[in-house]
Amino acid sequence: MTEKAEDRKPLLSKKIDKFFTGLADAWNFVRRFFKEVFIPPYEFKEVVHQCYRIGVESLPLIALTGFIVGIVFTNQSRPSLSEFGATSWLPSLISIAVVRAMGPLVTALIAAGKVGSSIGAEIGSMKVTEQIDAMEVSATNPFKFLVVTRVLATTFMIPVLVMFTDFVALMGSFLSVNANENVSMLTFFIQVFDAISFLDIISSVLKALLFGFTIGIVGCYKGYNSSKGTEGVGRAANAAVVMAMFLIFIEELLVLQIVNAIRMM
Amino acid sequence: MEEKVIEARNLMKSFGDLDVLKGVDLDLLKGENLVVLGKSGSGKSVLIKIMVGLLKQDSGAMRVLGKDVANLGVKELNKLRLKIGFSFQNSALYDSMTVKENLEFPLVRNIKNLSRKEKDKKIEGLLDSVGLPQSINQMPSELSGGQKKRIGVARTLILEPEIMLYDEPTAGLDPITCMDINNLIVQVREEYNTSSIVITHDLTCAKVTGDRQAVLLDGQFDAVGTFEEVFPHAEDKRIKSFYDYNFINS
Ligand SMILES: Nc1ncnc2c1ncn2[C@@H]1O[C@H](COP(=O)(O)OP(=O)(O)OP(=O)(O)O)[C@@H](O)[C@H]1O
Ligand SMILES: [Mg+2]
Repeated sequence: MTEKAEDRKPLLSKKIDKFFTGLADAWNFVRRFFKEVFIPPYEFKEVVHQCYRIGVESLPLIALTGFIVGIVFTNQSRPSLSEFGATSWLPSLISIAVVRAMGPLVTALIAAGKVGSSIGAEIGSMKVTEQIDAMEVSATNPFKFLVVTRVLATTFMIPVLVMFTDFVALMGSFLSVNANENVSMLTFFIQVFDAISFLDIISSVLKALLFGFTIGIVGCYKGYNSSKGTEGVGRAANAAVVMAMFLIFIEELLVLQIVNAIRMM
Repeated sequence: MEEKVIEARNLMKSFGDLDVLKGVDLDLLKGENLVVLGKSGSGKSVLIKIMVGLLKQDSGAMRVLGKDVANLGVKELNKLRLKIGFSFQNSALYDSMTVKENLEFPLVRNIKNLSRKEKDKKIEGLLDSVGLPQSINQMPSELSGGQKKRIGVARTLILEPEIMLYDEPTAGLDPITCMDINNLIVQVREEYNTSSIVITHDLTCAKVTGDRQAVLLDGQFDAVGTFEEVFPHAEDKRIKSFYDYNFINS
């Protein structure tokens, strides 16, 4: 409790030591989350409040980006497909691209930038201005009230936002396909749903849950451990985004391997 | 013998190589206002943070209301914390909440089945007694430093603590606002019957609010006594310079 790991004599080099103590710190933070999330009292009201905030904060940006991604991706794919006279495949192609990869990834990256940084900054500034201590002395568990609620909120909300992104992107794509290939909405969406399987949807949702958890826990961790001063808060927000984005790509890669392995079976 | 609400015995605390507290002994008697003075960085905030369990001492004992703070379970510690009001050095108001929500926070989280009406009455009463009834719906960012301090004090008073710990209540405020806050501290003691520790490096504040003074020098309490005993005729150079500096500058 009293002696921090950094105060000890370095075992290897200071940098390597710091890396591993940092890793252990982060691991303990995650473990603490899983411990406290199941112990009552549950902060339902605060979770709902955070969900609402996350939704409102990121919806406009996600809607715009999703829409543009849908249109752009469709228009970029058209020339290659038309070389083979296969533009009728557009809806299926877009559907697979959006549901399997682009929807979750685009949503998560935008949310990491928007939500992750705001969580990092908010908790960081609460830390350095002793608001977290103030909570603690008024007999409220700040980890539960601030961290658990936010992580739950991002974990629930990112899948919802992903579905929204998927929908908006497909709508964007539809507008383009409808204008150029004269495909009706019904035909378009029949092709869209034909192309994706149950596994695609499940893996998309699971991925979204994982991304959401990552964004929340990284933002909270960076904020909770931000160093003193306003500079520390800025750094925490920044580190939250960078770290979350990095982890999201790694997770995307891992999940892709697993899902493809399942698909082969 | 008088009742002691806080007892610190041979308290040690260091951060890495930095020894902050080196054997602190301190008693807070029931009903008194004790002023703790000391240079910046001498460990005053660390001392009172140990009292509420925000930090843990390396060795020595800290007993608050008869409880050994460092060895309490979470539930017991929280129960104890409700009897202690901790007013933070920089107010630590929740800046995403209005003044009203700030005051409500400890209340709704710790006292179940309180009616809307009772709650509002309590909040309004407290805002009146700190002289800021008009600020009820403002955000902390809209308040001045002195107003924040007063709201901070109001928030800690809302659970009617037995002990008040003020961390530099007058730091960075103009002399008139300082006097307001000093009077508030005296008034709180009379109204709520609290025992308090007031941390400051402002001797006027010390003189007005304190029954006893304790000077933290080099990790230990050197001089403890009434203002007259400790200051005007101090022999220790460091205490003397403290005194001279304050009164030459005011
Ligand atoms: N959590 C902490 N981690 C590491 N060092 C700390 C911590 N808290 C305090 N310190 C160090 O302990 C020393 C005493 O700090 P403290 O905040 O108690 O000073 P203070 O007497 O309250 O000063 P001030 O009048 O400026 O508020 C400082 O040198 C500070 O850097
Ligand atoms: Mg201090």
